Amino acid sequence: MASAAIPANQTPKTNYLTNGYGLKSWLLTTDHKRIAVLYLISVTVFFFLGGFFAMLIRLELLTPQGDLMQADSYNKVFTMHGMIMVFFFLIPVVPAVLGNFLVPIMIGAKDLAFPRINLLSWYLYIIAGTLFLHCMLIGGVDTGWTFYTPYSTVGSNTNVVEAGLAVFIAGFSSIFTGLNFIVTIHRMRAPGLTWDRLPLFIWANYATSIIMVLGTPVVAITIVLVAVERLFHLGIFDPKLGGDPLLFQHLFWFYSHPAVYIMILPSMGVVSELITCFSRKRIFGYKFIALSSVAIAVLGFLVWAHHMFVAGISLYAAMIFSFLTFFIGVPSAIKVFNWTATLYRGSISYATPMLYAFGFIGLFTIGGLTGLFLATLGIDVHVTDTYFVVAHFHYVMVGGVLMGYLGGMHFWWPKISGRMYPEGWAKLSALLVFVGFNLTFFPQFILGYVGMPRRYWQYPDEFQVLNVLSTAGSSVLAVGYLLPMIYFLWSLRYGPIAEANPWNAAGLEWQTTSPPPTFNFDETPVVTWEAYNYDEIAPKELEAPVGR
Amino acid sequence: MSKYLPLWPDQASTMAGQVDALYIYLLLVAGVMTGLIYIAVTVLAIKYRRKPGQDAHQIEGSTILEITWSIIPFGVMLTFFIWGAVLYFKERTPPADSTEVYVVAKQWMWKVEHMEGQREINQLHVPTGQDIKLIMTSQDVIHSFFIPAFRIKQDVLPGRYTTAWFKATKPGRYHLFCAEYCGTNHSGMGGDIVVMEPQEYAVWMAGGPSAPLPETGKQLFASLGCSTCHRFDVQGRGPNLQGVYNKPVLLEDGRTVIADENYVRESILNPTAKIVSGFKPVMPTFQGIVSDEQLNALVAYVKSLNQPPTGTAGLQQPAAAPAQPQNTQVQ
Repeated sequence: MASAAIPANQTPKTNYLTNGYGLKSWLLTTDHKRIAVLYLISVTVFFFLGGFFAMLIRLELLTPQGDLMQADSYNKVFTMHGMIMVFFFLIPVVPAVLGNFLVPIMIGAKDLAFPRINLLSWYLYIIAGTLFLHCMLIGGVDTGWTFYTPYSTVGSNTNVVEAGLAVFIAGFSSIFTGLNFIVTIHRMRAPGLTWDRLPLFIWANYATSIIMVLGTPVVAITIVLVAVERLFHLGIFDPKLGGDPLLFQHLFWFYSHPAVYIMILPSMGVVSELITCFSRKRIFGYKFIALSSVAIAVLGFLVWAHHMFVAGISLYAAMIFSFLTFFIGVPSAIKVFNWTATLYRGSISYATPMLYAFGFIGLFTIGGLTGLFLATLGIDVHVTDTYFVVAHFHYVMVGGVLMGYLGGMHFWWPKISGRMYPEGWAKLSALLVFVGFNLTFFPQFILGYVGMPRRYWQYPDEFQVLNVLSTAGSSVLAVGYLLPMIYFLWSLRYGPIAEANPWNAAGLEWQTTSPPPTFNFDETPVVTWEAYNYDEIAPKELEAPVGR
Repeated sequence: MSKYLPLWPDQASTMAGQVDALYIYLLLVAGVMTGLIYIAVTVLAIKYRRKPGQDAHQIEGSTILEITWSIIPFGVMLTFFIWGAVLYFKERTPPADSTEVYVVAKQWMWKVEHMEGQREINQLHVPTGQDIKLIMTSQDVIHSFFIPAFRIKQDVLPGRYTTAWFKATKPGRYHLFCAEYCGTNHSGMGGDIVVMEPQEYAVWMAGGPSAPLPETGKQLFASLGCSTCHRFDVQGRGPNLQGVYNKPVLLEDGRTVIADENYVRESILNPTAKIVSGFKPVMPTFQGIVSDEQLNALVAYVKSLNQPPTGTAGLQQPAAAPAQPQNTQVQ
């Protein structure tokens, strides 16, 4: 490929990891790659904390009686699980870790547009996270991650305001990340890197950033209103004070529905990178995939009330929101079809990142199609607020987001750490995650249709077998998630040294060394090619898989 | 249905079969789509696996294909939308002659009042073959009234009425769940829906002691002093309430609203919110004075004033009720 900034075989003396060793060199860094690593460590901590709560939920639900913990404890456990996973893991995970690391490198920039704001956004995340942990230690919160009023304002006697404050601050962390990405992508692309040459991961993060900047302030305001009603008894949501509880749901979902696209879009971007590289193909329908991300970001703001079909909104409002929801099915379907078409006449390798991409397509397809069930009014009445919904959004958010994230982590791990991971173990973990995931969540679709409501601490006996299946699956899933953490850590010391471009992948990030130097490129690259020009790059010809 | 591994819920209402039919249609379409994608990915991944001397063949894309796989799925989704919307319209529109049952939710129980005066807690007895309309409100936080065997669910909100309806078809005992998280004992806030044959139901209903709900309402109407202003014989300080229920009401600010259950309720709790044209905002609030159960009785009474004097509950109407005097509107 033309114009490699640093010849692949020439390792510079220092890279971003070796440029300073003290704690201060990390905590005061403005290097987007180091901030990405800081995020990586922190979101991983929250992921395993949220996962711990998930295991507690599954263990409690092994038996119909509430016997492992008290009802109040269970309510706090599922609330903690939801809040941690949504606000402290799923929303930041791909943009703040992979996006932070890759957005500047992929567009040939030295850093993000506002490096200090980038560091500030991590500190806000840490402050929010610490506040949330403190809130947890002094007794937790039990409103569910959705904070529904008037329960959250007058019903609950737990630490709602503190949890809300944590979410509020975490929101600003993501606003700053979004702002940084938008400006960087607009202003700092390398010469020749026009919009139609951008990697789809950049398009996806761009669309995500728009939602972060436009949507997050709404949830921030909503949480302030909850706090105001709770602390000062100002009637906003509680009808006894003259408020309207449905107003809260409108405001909350106006952000929180687009928020699910904040979670899934960046992972979709990752999948486009993986599928092209491991089938040595240009992406099928570049423009359609790129614009479908933007379409999802825009349409995502018009469908919020599909969470409220039985909440007491008017008949005709429900019909309009149902109709609009089907619209958003189209750009999601376009992506899946284009990824599948990209495989056609490719030269496909089954390296771990590709297995995760296959897994993403498999789980997202089921998650997306079951979303259509929920958009269908007559069905939603029966299945909303049951385990059907729980299964659906786990398929999208865990099946989708996490498959994309883990695929991306394996793909870019050599770039981030300079080491290769052990391929055999990685394939095993990809398999465990896929199988464990389906075992855990597929029974929940059935459970939901037969009528088990969500957020239940105890349940009628006849639901037990399906719950036991789900809990059994979750133990497989847990192993699948623990393995990568172990072998990634192992590889830091024992993994083979990674080349600059171990996959012979396209993309500017592979033209600099692994790990990259602090300013990414010694000289600014000039781009004269379209993304995914795999016809111009030779594949790794059937060598022994790297890293074994 | 297997007792230990239920794969399908009971069908015990007229709506259950209709919801299941649409669900099966969705399952089929989703199953075919999932199958197509899984097969396509698997076949392509195997057929085009990396082989020596065989390079990838570059394809840019195809606008025709993109349009095809946008329009066809959207067309299929439109069928979901239309069928789903028609069904939802039925689910949300109670037949006009439904038997009404009042439901009051509170942490963590369901209180049920039948028009005949029967009261139940965490149970609802209903006959087969009769349209039942539930008029529901909550005393505290949001709850949700969910009967899986009937495929109905409706959130129950504080400060207003929401409604749901069903017609039971199969005698038996079915789960009632609270489906909206409401605090500590959310998962314990359930009960039984007991569906009986009409004769059995009549026997059960006859065992009840209380006065009919509109009768209770009538007594409250007198004891709370409502009848001093809302008179039937001459023009009082408040509108005559006969025949106003479910009719349009002209307000002082020029708007017109339908005097439905929620309007009557609001007019008792917050009388100055919507003043009827031609009246002064003189009515005091009854917020905190009447309980939700008493409110239900008052609403049931106001509704009974629409019925002819020989109404089922045997409520007498004022003898010389004028046909439609001026200002027959609720305040």
